[in-house]
Amino acid sequence: MKETQNNIGAYLKLHWKTAVFLVVLLVGIGLADNFVDSYVRRLLNLCAIYVIVSLAMNLVNGFTGQFSLGQAGFMAIGAYTVAVFTVPIESRAAIFYLEPMAPFLANIQLPFIVALILGGLASVVAAFFIGSPCLRLRGDYLAIATLGFSEIIRIVFTNTQSITNGALGIKSIPTISSLWWTYGTALLIIIATVLLINSTYGRAFKSIREDEIAAEAMGVGLFKTKMTSFLIGAFFTGVGGGLFAALLGTVDPKQFYFTLTYNFLLIIVLGGMGSISGTIIASFVVTLGQEALRFLDEPMAFGLDLPIFRPGLRMVVFSFLLMVIVLFYRKGLMGTNELTWDFMALKYQSIKKKLGGKKTSNEGGGN
Amino acid sequence: MSLLRTENVIMQFGGVVAVNDLNIDIKKGELAALIGPNGAGKTTAFNVITGVYAPTSGKVLFTPTDNAGIATEIDITGKKPDKITGMGVARTFQNIRLFKELSVIENVLVATHLNANYSFLSAILRTPKAQKGERQAKAECEFLLERLGLIDLQNEKASSLPYGQQRHLEIARALATKPNLLLLDEPAAGMNPQETDELTDLIFKLKTDFDLTIFMIEHHMDLVMEISDHIYVLDFGCTIAKGTPEAVQNDPKVIEAYLGVDADVEN
Repeated sequence: MKETQNNIGAYLKLHWKTAVFLVVLLVGIGLADNFVDSYVRRLLNLCAIYVIVSLAMNLVNGFTGQFSLGQAGFMAIGAYTVAVFTVPIESRAAIFYLEPMAPFLANIQLPFIVALILGGLASVVAAFFIGSPCLRLRGDYLAIATLGFSEIIRIVFTNTQSITNGALGIKSIPTISSLWWTYGTALLIIIATVLLINSTYGRAFKSIREDEIAAEAMGVGLFKTKMTSFLIGAFFTGVGGGLFAALLGTVDPKQFYFTLTYNFLLIIVLGGMGSISGTIIASFVVTLGQEALRFLDEPMAFGLDLPIFRPGLRMVVFSFLLMVIVLFYRKGLMGTNELTWDFMALKYQSIKKKLGGKKTSNEGGGN
Repeated sequence: MSLLRTENVIMQFGGVVAVNDLNIDIKKGELAALIGPNGAGKTTAFNVITGVYAPTSGKVLFTPTDNAGIATEIDITGKKPDKITGMGVARTFQNIRLFKELSVIENVLVATHLNANYSFLSAILRTPKAQKGERQAKAECEFLLERLGLIDLQNEKASSLPYGQQRHLEIARALATKPNLLLLDEPAAGMNPQETDELTDLIFKLKTDFDLTIFMIEHHMDLVMEISDHIYVLDFGCTIAKGTPEAVQNDPKVIEAYLGVDADVEN
């Protein structure tokens, strides 16, 4: 008993900054949960979901080096699973008014958490079937196949009227408004990803990204390892999609155009392919940026009716941003580095040196 | 007892016969070398043995010894490289193929992945089994880095090492897979005479300490003649000579392949 206490004590001593940060973060979420209005709350929720899906995408694209573009498809599967299984039975008749819900589903209603996990698992099954042929190939076939897959999923969901209600979509999904669902899940997934990346499996992923031939020669089974990464990524994406459905309260196929995938691609390129903290930062920047730049989509308001301000201009800004990054800042915000305390201390020192050229101090990295 | 045998291996790329009727027989515990002029098919032969290419015809047979000490000959022709590595054949590459963005120790740790006996779930949950495995792997890798003089550089990026040390790191990485047979593809390429001497010593020591059988491709004739027990000479894919260093050195066909037809110029 005493020994475990000592262990915990030693651990806290070593990681006290992280522990303090976590406590501050949790208190922050708690406060935000109670005091922000519903607009900000929704935005923050969306940020957390983007963190989840981008992280999953970075696991496959950034860490394992497999270019997958199926995020929208896996999200759709997760979202529809949650939608189909959580919509209250009494309102189903009103939603499925064109064609009643298939009898084998019509009377099943699951608790949200079960439906969420089921959504993740459904994504995994789909990922297994798409990955089995594609992950055996080298090169960019996976990108093409996953892109096609995500469009196929969307079209399938548009046409399975008795299960997904087709193009009408499913409304009145019980919503989650608390920040704890999204941030709790995001935190769990971040921690799981960090632990995975720093294990022998994470190293195997990275070795494939670095050099497939050498990785194989060192005994890393290419197909098995790629598949592991791809399936874990699909699971997280499915869960992210499920949360997305529960956040909006409605799903319809148009939400899952492949353009959705490019949001996540933008995030991981901006944050750094192969950096967890970069992905998290970029998720917030992009999600909040898309909201902040909304004025670009509206006609200019100050007397002058400039014709360049029109719906879609927002995305031009992001496309431009992406081009600038690819041209001048290819490694993204963080490259493959992580925002650790040591990294920050190092940066703090170097910035201080640049600014003043004063004596370096020992107090860097405190926050 | 032979550890590695090939039977009439032919490797054809379209009309080019890169390796023609290769028959080698490497005994356990010996140090064999594969030499030949540029483009003779040496690396292709290695790639066939390690499963990078499946041969057009012929067989590759490997005899690993299991935990109980029983040796059985297995046909490894055309098996996947990672499976072959798992049986105990490790290799280095002619044009260094390190995991450039990973640290030195991570490079070696990757090679212990095939011996990891826990699932990714226990890796995420950091179960006692996973923790123990991780500790063991780390200890093994530190030992190997110590052995190859890279321990002080363990946290450096692999690509930041000088050339000679990158070659050493490749050997450390190959040893971490716990091989019986180590294939070295031009380990001394680009090294000066002093570095080559040091490498010769190192290879010799590693061979005894790790109980290895070594098969290597090399162009430095001093090195080859000094340490090999057996030499195979390839030219245009064909084996033109095999035998002890002395026998090969005096073989007229070898002299012709290296120096041209009028082969009076030995010495």
